[in-house]
Amino acid sequence: MFKVKLTQLNALLDALAASYPVFAPIVEAGEANYGEYKAGAEVNLFKQTVKSAKDAFFPQSQDLMKFRTEGKKIDIIDLRRDIAPFVIFGVRACDVKSFEILDRVFLSEPVDTFYKARREKGVIVSLACAKPEESCFCTNFGIDATAPKGDVTTYTEGEYLYWIPNTDKGEQLTEAAANVLESADKADEKAVEEQKKRVGEVLRRLPNGDLDLSEFKPEKLNELFNDPDWDELSQSCLGCGSCTFVCPTCQCYDIRDFKTNDGVKRFRCWDSCMYTDFTKMAAVNSRNFQLQRFRQRFMHKLVYYPSNNDGICMCVGCGRCVKKCPISMNIVKVIKKVGGKKHD
Amino acid sequence: MQELENLMIKKAVELLDGGVVDRVIGWKKGEFYYDNTPATFYKKEELNDFVYNGFCGANLSKYLVAESKKGGKVLVFLKPCDTYSFNQLLTEKRIDRDKVYTVGIECRGHLNIESIRARGIEGVVGLEEKGDEVTVKTLYGDAKLKRGEVMLEKCLSCKTKKFAHNACDETIVLHEMPEEDPNKRFSMVIELEKMTPDERFAFWKSQLSKCIRCNACRNVCPACTCFKCVFDNPDSGIAAKANDDRFEEKLFHIIRSFHVAGRCTDCGECSRVCPQNIPLHLLNRKYIKDINELYGEYQAGAEAGSRAPLVDFREEDINPGENLKEGK
Repeated sequence: MFKVKLTQLNALLDALAASYPVFAPIVEAGEANYGEYKAGAEVNLFKQTVKSAKDAFFPQSQDLMKFRTEGKKIDIIDLRRDIAPFVIFGVRACDVKSFEILDRVFLSEPVDTFYKARREKGVIVSLACAKPEESCFCTNFGIDATAPKGDVTTYTEGEYLYWIPNTDKGEQLTEAAANVLESADKADEKAVEEQKKRVGEVLRRLPNGDLDLSEFKPEKLNELFNDPDWDELSQSCLGCGSCTFVCPTCQCYDIRDFKTNDGVKRFRCWDSCMYTDFTKMAAVNSRNFQLQRFRQRFMHKLVYYPSNNDGICMCVGCGRCVKKCPISMNIVKVIKKVGGKKHD
Repeated sequence: MQELENLMIKKAVELLDGGVVDRVIGWKKGEFYYDNTPATFYKKEELNDFVYNGFCGANLSKYLVAESKKGGKVLVFLKPCDTYSFNQLLTEKRIDRDKVYTVGIECRGHLNIESIRARGIEGVVGLEEKGDEVTVKTLYGDAKLKRGEVMLEKCLSCKTKKFAHNACDETIVLHEMPEEDPNKRFSMVIELEKMTPDERFAFWKSQLSKCIRCNACRNVCPACTCFKCVFDNPDSGIAAKANDDRFEEKLFHIIRSFHVAGRCTDCGECSRVCPQNIPLHLLNRKYIKDINELYGEYQAGAEAGSRAPLVDFREEDINPGENLKEGK
């Protein structure tokens, strides 16, 4: 284990940034979001980022390819480039877990090469939670917020950031920051252990830390789909994309072509099942009401995805949607209402 | 607050029982006191979950656009600022007045959970409001706050607590509602006006670069009631889901704010719902201030059916660019 004073956080990031592009929770106009670290940036490790860390591997908007036209000739220009190893710094346990959920979508056949290229080069420096919030419910998904995985695990306690490399990539990163990191001693290890104990106790009394998810079984799909409560739950939904865009596991995207002067640029961008044109097809739109769109989001997270992925839910309990929904409707309320009764 | 809530429930029961209305739009209790959800109640038993506390900032008037297309009559509770949105929607013929029963309710300004969190008070699992004092229960102990410290921005700079003309069929007001200092409303706009163009550009660049284009501001806005927004129309050529650079969304916000200029009642919902806390209301307030200065005081929604200065030509109207000339 190593350590560095929190007052030296920028020095640590400067050291890393000398060898890698570094993405960290940077405060701009009052809000923390992951962004590329530049010397002197205000990094806040104590505030939950508005958007999750998924941008690192799956950017909100990404160019895929270009087509250049000349008369009847069309050139296809591959925009994939070799990506240099980069660091994602300060990723909480929930967001670390979300990468596994995204992997199952993007890295199963057919492999998404754009995602894979970034995923393989990302070095994850995770950060244990020191102060869980009431909106947190990660404990329902087998996540230990006090022991996040990643190539390096860090803790903030007292005036120090503690640094524990877990993998070869993590060891290399430790090398890169060798001038800034100092060795930790027994007392430091004890401080970290005490934090884990203290935070673990808070995690055990999270108000939504022990939700009953047993009703969301694939064999009950039809009954859950037809649950009359979707009507009430969705009735005041604004149909905005806040929940989907702050979510670390929502991974639906749209692909569009954009006409340029000499051809076409093809890009993809995050889409939201809450949007009216999400299922617009050549002839019809299969979801014409907000109820249908709203239901899709939660059925996907709680039933469809788990059915295809060994029962794993497409939610990590980060609580961003809980905090950000303009009308305070969220997956916790859905789990309690729909999951709170039998569907036989 | 409890007394007020009881009276509102009593009124709802009375109107449901009497057959005056067949449903009620109000707020439904959440899990933590602060996470109330706008909801429609059809039966009086459902009103057990009805709530009116300091976290009912959501403006219910826009829901009436959809509700008044349905049969029957709906009871809606409107805070003073919401009544301006209601009148504006009547002016724009988006609500069928005959299908709505409006009850104006007392407002002491609503609270903002994000302001509470921003004070380092995290893990909020419950609150208590008593007069001007708010006691916050958290996972890490209790904290006491003054109401005025943690109100929503739209309430801190409240335009008025007078109900808009003729908007309410009746009102439930138990206490006098003190007005906020009227200078607060435009103080930030004045700050922005004082900046150099470069400073102002830097301010908006920093703020609007946070936008994630979730469209919450548009979808909540009572002035944004186009059946199909141009930005949702794939045939419009301005497909809206991706930006080329982070500051590109400025165009969306500038276009949207101009589209609602003269119709925006300054209800402040755009800023309340923004997940990135972008002070979008400042764009609208700038136009309101300009309209006031160029055409005389005007409050959208004050009077249903009124003609707004921007759609009402008069010979004495100021000529374009006149205000920008030397010495003006």
